[in-house]
Amino acid sequence: MNYCLYCHEAFYEPVSWRFITRLSEAMPFCDDCSSSFEAINGEFCGICGRSFTLFPEQYRQKHCCTDCIRWEEGKEWSGVLTKNRSLYVYNDFLKQIISMLKYRGDAELIQGFRAPFRKLYKQEFRGMLIVPVPLSVERHYERGFNQAQLLAELLGDEIIVPIERIIHEKKQSKKSRKERLDIKENIFQASKEAEKIKGKSVLLIDDVYTTGATIRQAAKVMLEAGALEVSSMTVGR
Amino acid sequence: MRFVSFFVDGKNRIAPEPLAPRHHHSISTSFYNLHNVDPPPLNEGYSFNTTLQAELAGKLLLLDELSLSLNEVHDHYDHGYIRYNKGIDNEQGKWKCNRCGNNEPRLFASFSCYRCKEMQCVYCRNCIMMGRVSQCTPLVSWIGPSLNWKDRNCESVWEGMLSSAQENASLRLEEKIGVKDELLIWAVCGAGKTEVLFQGIEKALKTGQRVCIATPRTDVVLELLPRLRKVFPGVTLSGLYGGSMDHMDGAQLILSTTHQLFRFRKAFDLIIVDEVDAFPFSYDKTLAYAVQQAQKAEALIVYLSATPDRKMKQRAEDGKLPSVKIPKRYHGFPLPVPHFLWCGHWKKKLKKNKLPGNVMNWINHQLERNRQGFLFVPSVRTLEQIVPLLKEMNPLIEGVHAEDPDRKEKVIRFRNGETPILVTTTILERGVTVPFTDVAVLGTEEEIFTESALVQIAGRAGRSKDDPAGEVLFYHYGKTTAMVQAKRHIEQMNREAGL
Repeated sequence: MNYCLYCHEAFYEPVSWRFITRLSEAMPFCDDCSSSFEAINGEFCGICGRSFTLFPEQYRQKHCCTDCIRWEEGKEWSGVLTKNRSLYVYNDFLKQIISMLKYRGDAELIQGFRAPFRKLYKQEFRGMLIVPVPLSVERHYERGFNQAQLLAELLGDEIIVPIERIIHEKKQSKKSRKERLDIKENIFQASKEAEKIKGKSVLLIDDVYTTGATIRQAAKVMLEAGALEVSSMTVGR
Repeated sequence: MRFVSFFVDGKNRIAPEPLAPRHHHSISTSFYNLHNVDPPPLNEGYSFNTTLQAELAGKLLLLDELSLSLNEVHDHYDHGYIRYNKGIDNEQGKWKCNRCGNNEPRLFASFSCYRCKEMQCVYCRNCIMMGRVSQCTPLVSWIGPSLNWKDRNCESVWEGMLSSAQENASLRLEEKIGVKDELLIWAVCGAGKTEVLFQGIEKALKTGQRVCIATPRTDVVLELLPRLRKVFPGVTLSGLYGGSMDHMDGAQLILSTTHQLFRFRKAFDLIIVDEVDAFPFSYDKTLAYAVQQAQKAEALIVYLSATPDRKMKQRAEDGKLPSVKIPKRYHGFPLPVPHFLWCGHWKKKLKKNKLPGNVMNWINHQLERNRQGFLFVPSVRTLEQIVPLLKEMNPLIEGVHAEDPDRKEKVIRFRNGETPILVTTTILERGVTVPFTDVAVLGTEEEIFTESALVQIAGRAGRSKDDPAGEVLFYHYGKTTAMVQAKRHIEQMNREAGL
């Protein structure tokens, strides 16, 4: 018998060969919770990884969503982010889990993403330098941990922190889209470890890609510090 | 967080890292690693902050939950007015949370902590909704002078009349005030148990006692709060539930969900535990711990229930638990006795988007004669299947379950008579009272409908003296012991009431 990592209900895992041979880890979530995740598969935006099933046809042009086209139109942000891939649609259920993780501080919930996050990494980004999106010192102290770093640690490869967050601003989740996109001053700057990314492909890790503003700002600082290209991977999109 | 420990006049002291005295060279470490956290003796000449006293007296809180700055709070430690307590303890190799009492290994986890810099800072997952308690998290308690409410007017202005059975229970409660004891008030649904409490509470308040009414459900806090405010207009009253904004700190009378009791320590002289048999109270042993921790050593604990569990009934019958019964409803009419109606394999029908014929007839019948009805179903999944079907019959029909974001509004609409039929899971089996309504249960044979749940559900009908004979229908696919016992229970109570 297992207990669901999120709702704590007891459940029995369906018996399968994987289960009997113990080749895979125990299922972290119960059936009800598992079925509330919407995995991103089928067609999605080639840049930001958003599922095309979610929005009307007019917001899409070939392989790209109109949000990404807007990013790519401006000179400042064009090509800054090579591609983003995410595990799940950022639906109400995932919102609840992420808020439990970040705002309540239940760090253990990270373990629920271990297997799929590693799988996506192996499929799409293996060999790239892993960089978690940093928090400001104040926010990091308040939370006690950085969820992006916990996610990065799941991947099992070396992690570097070539950038730091200098501006302690209001929570991204409390801002409107317009506020987020209105970038006056980059919230990141290069850190002592920035040397290490010169000429390398870098993979940014974060919990959620919402408008792409945070990830692009971080990517830009790293490109300026000499990174070859920057992609990103998140749990929610 | 990190603390330093150092010596002043040969006595051990501690301070949070940012407030460490400059001239002492000592190493910062996780709060958990400190050996001696005792505060210095009380400095009686110190003029303490009364806001902090009101916030913290009788409680155990996180530093983040206090309105004062760390600096101001810590000053009270230096003068012996507060104590830092360990949030997580290790008892014989087992973790224990000192806030909620959890010691279930699977409900602890750890993370690499930026506050204390330990690679593994263990935290409690059981009470995390109230803010994380980890190894390096101190829980703050007040050890200065206690609160007093001497100048308050504690008079009850309630002018209603008690029935003789209510009067009897009320007197029993009054007698017990000030005695370290327990009392079970076993009152049928609709007995008017709230009114029974007023005299006892008044007596307790007048003698300067701090009183808490704890209930498992937020709905009940919301319903009771305005009533109590009317009855005790001069008393400081606070209503606490998850997400409540009311922080009337230092109130003498507290109405709280059982979960919120985790924040209290040795606070109350009188605790009234409403619906002591209700999920999740009987279910979650850490909640029993919460009640135990919140009471003072000499406290009186009163249990209210229409359906005490077997253990409690046994203790009452053996005379080990003082108890008093109110078998009759306040309006004097008998409890409606449930009817059993077989409805076939309803799950199969639902899969085909159909309702059993007799359930359908009941709904139609209710709609035709304009009578409201509760329809109880065993699970959220059933609720989601059935509500769209019923909406086709009447678009005003609604469904509500525990996690429903519009729960409050939907219950209000039903209460106002705007919703003809309200489909619900067992969350509304207690507390919610709507005068003119009938009750039906679909799938009564399901395990979730225990004897006590069914007695409570049946108790939703016939609540008003103008409509005492509400209908109670149990639609089932095979009778269960719980159903039979529930019916027997109701008939027995009617007999005891002489009806």
